[in-house]
Amino acid sequence: MQVVIAFLLSLFILSRPATAETIYVSNEQDNTVAVVDGASMSLSTTIDVGRRPRGMALSVDKKRLFVAVGDDNRIDVVDLGNRQVTGQLPSGTDPEFFVVHPDGKRLFVANENDNLVSVVDIESAKVIGTIDVGVEPEGMAVSADGRYVACTSETTSMVHLIDAGTFELVDNLLVDTRPRAAAFSPDGKQLWVSSEIRGTVTVFDTTSRAETGKIQFEVPGIRREGVQAVGMEMARDGATAYVALGPANRVAEVDTKTLAVRRLYLVGQRPWHVVLSDDQKRLVSANGNSGDISFIDLENEEVVKSVPVGRGPWGVVIGP
Amino acid sequence: MRKRHAMRALTGILHREMLRTLRQRGRLLSAIVRPLVWLAIFAAGFRSVLGLSITPPYQTYVLYEVYVVPGLAAMMLLFHAMASSLAMVYDREMGSMRLLLTAPLPRWYLLAARLLASVIVGLPLVYLFLLIARHWDVRPPVLGYLAVFPALVLSGLMLGAFGLLVSSISTQMENFAGVMNFVIFPTFFASTALYPIWRLAEAGPVLAMIAAWNPFSSAVELIRFTLYLNFDPVSALVVLACFVVFFLAAVVGYDPGRGLWSRRGGDG
Repeated sequence: MQVVIAFLLSLFILSRPATAETIYVSNEQDNTVAVVDGASMSLSTTIDVGRRPRGMALSVDKKRLFVAVGDDNRIDVVDLGNRQVTGQLPSGTDPEFFVVHPDGKRLFVANENDNLVSVVDIESAKVIGTIDVGVEPEGMAVSADGRYVACTSETTSMVHLIDAGTFELVDNLLVDTRPRAAAFSPDGKQLWVSSEIRGTVTVFDTTSRAETGKIQFEVPGIRREGVQAVGMEMARDGATAYVALGPANRVAEVDTKTLAVRRLYLVGQRPWHVVLSDDQKRLVSANGNSGDISFIDLENEEVVKSVPVGRGPWGVVIGP
Repeated sequence: MRKRHAMRALTGILHREMLRTLRQRGRLLSAIVRPLVWLAIFAAGFRSVLGLSITPPYQTYVLYEVYVVPGLAAMMLLFHAMASSLAMVYDREMGSMRLLLTAPLPRWYLLAARLLASVIVGLPLVYLFLLIARHWDVRPPVLGYLAVFPALVLSGLMLGAFGLLVSSISTQMENFAGVMNFVIFPTFFASTALYPIWRLAEAGPVLAMIAAWNPFSSAVELIRFTLYLNFDPVSALVVLACFVVFFLAAVVGYDPGRGLWSRRGGDG
């Protein structure tokens, strides 16, 4: 009897109206974008896109999803209403990752093979500028005020600071080996850059451009080489950052003030990118090797579910 | 059998079990230390052993500590059941068992009361262990602690009835100590307490089959599922059926007229 009561109670608790949100995951090896219902945490459908989809971002009005399809050298535009590719944008060759400028009109795209950042005007669907950066550009970030765009180049091990208005390189900062991702703090005062090979995150002051701190990740029982910092996400309040640790199968929660690792979440294999829900209560990781995404309940500090989505999940975005 | 009489007998037996358990400080201590040693030391070496697969009722990847806790809770019940039936053999050698069985109540009732008393006395330690396990980040839902109660009772009864059966067959205490080693270790190791079936299947289909058919596995899975607010009807039925079978066999075993007792020439 108690089991039945507990079971019914649990159903009640599980069926609390969760925020109506949808998770989009790019499956690098399936050439699809998986659509996962946030309330039931189950796969709804998949959308066919171009070849090798990786970086993704929502339009400012959250009605369209941009998907960088590297092997087709373009960006697919998915209409989230009918869940179909309804348009394409030029991107320069092999786009891996990009950001949408806060003005909603431009994309800044990293062209991995050409050592360029391309600026794409969304409305006219034209490349309106290119910026020379280091070898193998990948990580992209834009400050909240829209003034700066940061780009990391994997082989040069640098982060390049670009003026988003004039498309000029403002500064180049040396970082740890193979920088994968960059993120501005919400107030724009800090720039975080993750290093895949060193397993570190370096923190810069955006005004003085001096290094102000470094986070070294360690996972008990996993060799140093197995701990690689890749995708990052910063909470809106700026107090917490989340870092995917790749082959360590963990996501680290970092206190942005003390730079201390608060806890490690066990997720699927090789998480590439992580994303926060709109209410900041949930984090989702895209796990490249195990072909699933993991939902982390940040209030209860636990991983609640891992959902298979396809082969090679890479990018992850949460929309309405 | 009058109701009041029956209740008095039950409370009497329960009281005796409780007194005896509380007086055995060493046994109490070892009962709680044993699973903690497994959790803190044994499980530490296997932390990431399950990282490759999601085993129901878990919905995501879990560390080995999380996986092994329900198995260790069942292990506590198993050890407790065996220790309790060891006490039964002792009672029989000392003659207090004969005294109990001469009470004007049905033998099955006295044995059931003895069994129930033993299970109830053993449960607080299991809960203590589950609470301490939170330190290792084994944190099932709060309601799971409530839901697991009937599962623990049923599993405890099944294992207790099994112990009762073993004690009815065994002739002396020395004999029984040997039986314990031959019973506890195979029961525990060839089950899903330490490794999920798919992991055992890697080692060999025979081992996987033994574990799948081992009623102790069903007890472990019943505890595991209910602790995470799931229900596994197959495990529940297996545990219930095994309890009935073991208990009936034990009742027959304790029959001075018909059972093995008479063949051995009565008490002791």
